[in-house]
Amino acid sequence: MQAIRLSHFTMSSALGAGLMPTLTRLQTQDGGIVRKRWETLDFDTCIGEVAGLDDFAIRADLARFDCRNNRLAQLALEQDGFAQTVREAIARYGRHRVGVFLGTSTSGILTSEIAYRHLDPVTGLLPPGHDYRHTHNSYSVADFVRHYFNLAGPAFVISTACSSGAKALGSAQRLIQAGLIDAAVVGGVDTLCLTTLYGFNSLQLVSDQPCRPFDAHRNGISIGEAASFILLEGVAAPQAGDILLTGVGESSDAHHMSSPHPDGLGARLAMEGALAQAGLQPQDIDYINLHGTATPSNDSAEAKGVEAVFGSQTPCSSTKGHTGHTLGAAGGVEAIISALALQHQFMPGGINTQELDPTLHCNYLLTNRSQAMHHVLSNSFGFGGSNCSLILSQVQP
Amino acid sequence: MNGLTVFIDGIGLLGPGLPNWDEARPILRGEAPLVLAAPTLPAPMALPSAERRRVGLPVKLSMAVGFEAAKHAGIDPAHLPNVFSSTGGDCDNCHMILEALASNDRQISPTRFHNSVHNAPSGYWSIATGCREASTSLCAFDATFAAALLETASQACAYGKPCLLVGYDTAYPDPLYSIRPIPYTFGIGMVLSPRRSKHSLAQIRLNLSTASPDSCESPQMESLRTSLPCARSLPLLNRLAAKKHGTVTLDYLEELSMQVELSA
Repeated sequence: MQAIRLSHFTMSSALGAGLMPTLTRLQTQDGGIVRKRWETLDFDTCIGEVAGLDDFAIRADLARFDCRNNRLAQLALEQDGFAQTVREAIARYGRHRVGVFLGTSTSGILTSEIAYRHLDPVTGLLPPGHDYRHTHNSYSVADFVRHYFNLAGPAFVISTACSSGAKALGSAQRLIQAGLIDAAVVGGVDTLCLTTLYGFNSLQLVSDQPCRPFDAHRNGISIGEAASFILLEGVAAPQAGDILLTGVGESSDAHHMSSPHPDGLGARLAMEGALAQAGLQPQDIDYINLHGTATPSNDSAEAKGVEAVFGSQTPCSSTKGHTGHTLGAAGGVEAIISALALQHQFMPGGINTQELDPTLHCNYLLTNRSQAMHHVLSNSFGFGGSNCSLILSQVQP
Repeated sequence: MNGLTVFIDGIGLLGPGLPNWDEARPILRGEAPLVLAAPTLPAPMALPSAERRRVGLPVKLSMAVGFEAAKHAGIDPAHLPNVFSSTGGDCDNCHMILEALASNDRQISPTRFHNSVHNAPSGYWSIATGCREASTSLCAFDATFAAALLETASQACAYGKPCLLVGYDTAYPDPLYSIRPIPYTFGIGMVLSPRRSKHSLAQIRLNLSTASPDSCESPQMESLRTSLPCARSLPLLNRLAAKKHGTVTLDYLEELSMQVELSA
């Protein structure tokens, strides 16, 4: 069976556009969450915003796709030479042999949020030119990327809330290994919108300060936005240094719509599934990038799941304190941070956390640690009890 | 190219004039007329009563077709990894959020918010069935059915066990209805297995193609096919109902279709 290689990747988040600022700010433990009043929000909140989207110009031939989510997608695609690498892959394999599988939770719903403020007072109709299909519909971002590269291969959007971006890698893995495609652009894109900001507030899940994963006094998430793109390719003979997707584990909690199973049962099944697919034992995992949203219930459930599978010694951390919780993009963002950790041989320490919760029995890192690693695991869990764990492995010389 | 080979072990169907798979078969074969009328959705009795009161059309529709397909396949739904698919998710719920956000009182209830995620029906399904298997929720606008078929078949082959496809389409109210009309609710369930069983209705082999998609012979059925993403499945259902083998091409994306080779 072909190995699945992360041939190239890029991300843009509150840490900046592209890998360079991302890596620098992880290495200096410098977060991107700020307090502000966003759009027409009627309260201040701490968010991880991407700079420059309000004035960003989407490619003229793709103007019908113009919305905050697709602007961020284009901004991210154009960093780190990513788009060029994808074009080279298309030239190698053909337009029909490259898929697009992306995660998002809210797509470009912000355009409909704004359009509903401007309904025709007589007819009640939406403002002329409001393009639901190319902005608000969940598929919009995969449609946009498929057109951006003039692709003719399979595509869809995965929308399983905060596990979306991770699960997109699993879909691509299966289709590459089944021989239907040779490569895929995967990851996730999610942007700030009022639905999310008011919604998480109604659930009282938003912190009044930059989120503090695994802190004894953690009190909620900070909402962020990000785009993460990975070019996955099937390779027969991986080379030393290659980063491979070796394990994908997916599960459902079957417990509650908006709170995790209290013992982290679903999380545990996902982690065990990823280990089984990778053919690894728990002690083979060098570092865990946690879902770590900083809600009391998520971190508690996740810690129990991690402890059940790995014991309490495996180094782990959440990078949500850096980026905020980027929802449908988070799985892709954190896969990329895990890949950076492998490439640059460092485990990113979590930030904002002042006092580790003594009831969470994990080896949670508060400072960066330099260390060579072979295998890292990344967790993503979402509303509806949707769980996904990924294992990335670096091919050794 | 070999493609993905799976067996269809169970079907659930609920659409206008198509109340379930058994009653729909003569209509799909063209032996009985298709009478277009809004389908009646059963209450989702599998949910605890507190949850049952909170759910909208998509949960009722997806549960009806999911349970029907699993029953025909003779499999406890708790053991079926599943792929939920819909062009719009819960459109009523989305409309109500958009209205609230455009009003002077922007408060959204917690239930309204957690029902807004595209995977809400899959979450309720896992709670109702106790299923802890993998569950995906996906969307590809009008191409959603072929995308779900591809994902479900690839999961069945990768996991080596039967998987459940659930497709459901419901309408937005106005004003979104006027730019995204979904004339009827329509749901489809399908159990795809990597192995032949005593419940297998047909073997299908899926391949990506550039051939033009097939249409339905009946004009009424063709109008459903072109106006409802889940009804893009109808050319396949027509053949399954008639036990007709051969190749059928389903609509997928621009420059791409889904070739389905049916055999016994």
